[in-house]
Amino acid sequence: MSSRIIADAGMGRRVEGEALVAKDGFSARYDLDRARGVFSRSEHKLAGQSYVGRVLVLDAAKGGVATAWMLHEMNARGVVPAALVLNVVNPIMVQGAALAGFTMISGFALDITHAIPNGAWVEVDPTGERPFIRVVGSNA
Amino acid sequence: MKLTDEEEALRAGEFGPAAQWAIEHQIKVGEYLRASDFVPVTQAHIMADTESLGPAGVEWLERMAQLPPDERRVRIPTITDPRGTDFAAAHRLKQQPWMLDLERRAIAALEALGVLMTNTCINYQTIMPPVLREHVAYGDTGVVIYSNSVCGARSNFEGGPSALSAGLTGRTPRYGYHLDERRAATLVVDVGWTPRELNDWGALGGIVGRLAGDYWQVPALVGIDRIPGSDELKHFGAALASYGSVALFHIVGITPEVRLDDDVLLRGQALRRHGVGETDIHAFHQSYAAAIDTVDVVVFSAPQLSLMEIAKVAGLLDGRRATIPLLVVTSPQVKPDADRLRLTERIEAAGGTVLSGMCFYQSYAREMAEANGWQRLATNSAKLVNIIGGYGYRPALLSMEACIEAACRDGRIAR
Repeated sequence: MSSRIIADAGMGRRVEGEALVAKDGFSARYDLDRARGVFSRSEHKLAGQSYVGRVLVLDAAKGGVATAWMLHEMNARGVVPAALVLNVVNPIMVQGAALAGFTMISGFALDITHAIPNGAWVEVDPTGERPFIRVVGSNA
Repeated sequence: MKLTDEEEALRAGEFGPAAQWAIEHQIKVGEYLRASDFVPVTQAHIMADTESLGPAGVEWLERMAQLPPDERRVRIPTITDPRGTDFAAAHRLKQQPWMLDLERRAIAALEALGVLMTNTCINYQTIMPPVLREHVAYGDTGVVIYSNSVCGARSNFEGGPSALSAGLTGRTPRYGYHLDERRAATLVVDVGWTPRELNDWGALGGIVGRLAGDYWQVPALVGIDRIPGSDELKHFGAALASYGSVALFHIVGITPEVRLDDDVLLRGQALRRHGVGETDIHAFHQSYAAAIDTVDVVVFSAPQLSLMEIAKVAGLLDGRRATIPLLVVTSPQVKPDADRLRLTERIEAAGGTVLSGMCFYQSYAREMAEANGWQRLATNSAKLVNIIGGYGYRPALLSMEACIEAACRDGRIAR
């Protein structure tokens, strides 16, 4: 079990899941096939991979405003990541997570996409005064 | 967050459950983003197409719309981004009845909340442009970046739920681009070649967006050697917001907050600096178009076209015939003028289709591709090129002239 990596901000509930990690951005409209639950933009580093139930660890929020509704829509169908962990958020991700009751933390003293191994089993806990992510095991 | 007496009353439900939900939502967002208090806003602009909302989002709006009238209505002028269809032309796009039903339900719910269904992403050209230092709560990234940068207004990206909240409460959390200190440049881009065509402006926006990298970056451009027009800045801003999630730019000597270099080349700070030239813009185009020889559909959209853009399309099509689908998408405010001035008639006589009140990528683009056999798409919008790949298309970014040429040559792209 690794030590906690503290985030600047967080919302939602505590979750555990397998980390899906890439030094790339995130936008529900630009990057996802939300019906199939996979990354669909061919240039994305996670193209073709399922995000369902995974803890997405990515670099920065990208794109437009649609994600503010889409997280809610994805949540309602259960075709949704377990949590979103970002180096840099934009307001849209925050607004979308607030509407959907979605777990998200962001802002770290290091590059979180380098600190978390892809495939690791991680805990994300935004509920305390110091939101954090930590590796609790390997799924590889 | 520090709350006024009125905001405490909103939170306590004294203005009804819709406003109570709205201010709770805004407090969650504001606390996450370190807002100290609220700022009053004069207008809100809601993105709420049903492809984004889904049935769950429409049902959510309908529940709010079922509240008593005095407990559900917005308290400031609140307008809408494009919808997911043009009902008059949905059959030509092979959109399905369930899409139209969902749109009708969303429209009915939004109208019950007192929202003005303007259905446009170019409200800064057609409805009521904000003025310098006016605080607003706009959705659609292209609307926000143009309003912030060209008009000097103050808005963050407000997604549908937050823009609706601002409509219901008349305020928004004071963070980001409502604050003076956030509006200073964080990087400088030396532009060695001033774009000529709209797609070149979009390409420049895409390049600068990639350089900027995230929402909190504010690029300042130097070296633009003439005053760009509204459509040029529209395409530049829309692409910059799309590729970089950027909400504010400055062009030294042109946009209102940076009359002088000293206004942005800040107070002795060393900003990171990049250069962009003609070869970069050419390479940006090539990165999309090089692998495509023919296209299945040509789309002018994202942002919706101004009257001047439509007039140019009509002029380029005179005496010609489009042999593949050619879609021209504009706002419900521009379309009547295009009809009255017979621009619509000229475009449709040449085989094109003029659509109103929608935007291509917000209109079930994946389902339209499957229903119509569209895979390869040509457009002069860098923003559309950036978005549409995620819906399974292979896009080419071309000039308006080259798009028309492809449309009239069975989709073949001239080299």
